[in-house]
Amino acid sequence: MNLLEKLDASAAARKALLPDGVGAFGIPIEEVYSATEARIGDRRVLLLGTNNYLGLTFAPECIRAAHEAIDKEGTGTTGSRMANGSYFGHRSLEREFADFYQCDSAIVFTTGYQANLGTISGLVGPGDTVLIDGDSHASIYDGCVLSGADIIRFKHNDTIDMEKRLRRLGDRVETTLIIAEGIYSMLGDQAPLADIVKLKNAYGCILLLDEAHSLGVLGETGQGLVETTGLLKEVDFITGTFSKSLCSIGGYCVSNHPQLEQLRYVSHPYIFTASPSPATIASTRAALELLRKGSHLRKQLWQNCTQLYTQLKEVGYLLGPHPGPVIAAIVDTPRQALLLWQNLLEHNIYVNLILPPAAPEGKSLVRCSVNAAHTTEQIKYVGDTFCKLRSLVC
Amino acid sequence: MTENNYNEIMKLLCDRLEGVSNSNVQITSETNIISQLSIDSIKLLNLIMEIEDTFDISIPINALTDVQTVRELADLVYKIKSAS
Repeated sequence: MNLLEKLDASAAARKALLPDGVGAFGIPIEEVYSATEARIGDRRVLLLGTNNYLGLTFAPECIRAAHEAIDKEGTGTTGSRMANGSYFGHRSLEREFADFYQCDSAIVFTTGYQANLGTISGLVGPGDTVLIDGDSHASIYDGCVLSGADIIRFKHNDTIDMEKRLRRLGDRVETTLIIAEGIYSMLGDQAPLADIVKLKNAYGCILLLDEAHSLGVLGETGQGLVETTGLLKEVDFITGTFSKSLCSIGGYCVSNHPQLEQLRYVSHPYIFTASPSPATIASTRAALELLRKGSHLRKQLWQNCTQLYTQLKEVGYLLGPHPGPVIAAIVDTPRQALLLWQNLLEHNIYVNLILPPAAPEGKSLVRCSVNAAHTTEQIKYVGDTFCKLRSLVC
Repeated sequence: MTENNYNEIMKLLCDRLEGVSNSNVQITSETNIISQLSIDSIKLLNLIMEIEDTFDISIPINALTDVQTVRELADLVYKIKSAS
């Protein structure tokens, strides 16, 4: 099989899951009206498949900051952080992230994906080991591969299984990095952080926690799982993204370890790419300020999450173990998931469709992402529509 | 580790692969795990965790880049088990 034939085989596998004409992946959004509504084709749809958890995509403070940055500094930095791409805004945002997490330092990356790639591949290398949750995001897997370290998986959120694998590593635990996530993107469940911290301390490892989905969502000030568990000081490195609660694009890593600064000199995903644009940095700084003061947004978000989670649970949908902004209906087959997804769209509701192998345990997911800007009526309409369509996935 | 141990590993792998395969292909040592058995990446990684538990060893995922056939997987497990 030549290179192009391999891609044909991959296309055939995709077509087997999604018949021609069903554009569930990469669906064209023609117009965006607000944090909760857009146009797909000729439909005005409710957006229940975005990561806009605090609903800040149209926050006037962020839009104004982005406009001013473009006017003052242009559309792009056209260079690496290592060269000409570290403006006052980039350095300020790093100070603000360090302050937000009460940490000594922070590094801003161009995307959240690169934050994991750059941090992981900067921390470990050939001869070291990474111990990762089986449901880790692709950016974690890819960062581990890029590092050249030995990659060992433990069963999702299972610290008994994790300890078994730590024990097997013997002396190699000294150079082992454990990686977990605040909220997992597929089912919306949270890492058992207290138990993970106990193990990392017992075995003398380093712990990295990815708060991509939990930043702005968990904790009084929105730090994430480290805040709700009170374990901020126990986590060695925290990574996250600007593309969810902060409504732009980019990523970060914060730490109290002074060695974090060295990543600027060894991490290829940090060095060999252009830095975030001035507008991106400016809107992110404004959004971080809103996030810190956004306890009312978190309150509304959790009210919406609980409303939808409870309604779907009551009507018999199989869901993840925790209510939260990621609410995934777990269904047995790709065909059922596709049918439910299509019917929701026909009822003017856009959600995410996730098919194997991306979904855990060979199942398929119809995943909702709730945000703080959804009204009670919008959430009720979504819940009622799911109820109406329940028979499609029985 | 002996030849008998190697054969045990091979038999166990064939049995486990048969359990997760979506294909009717008769599994032999030369069977290509991905292309012939239609096993997706996550199923394969979960299978590796089971094999780790069975033999009480650590099999780094990155070591699988050199593995295409059942024989190559058996060789890898045998090598790691022998060194442990």
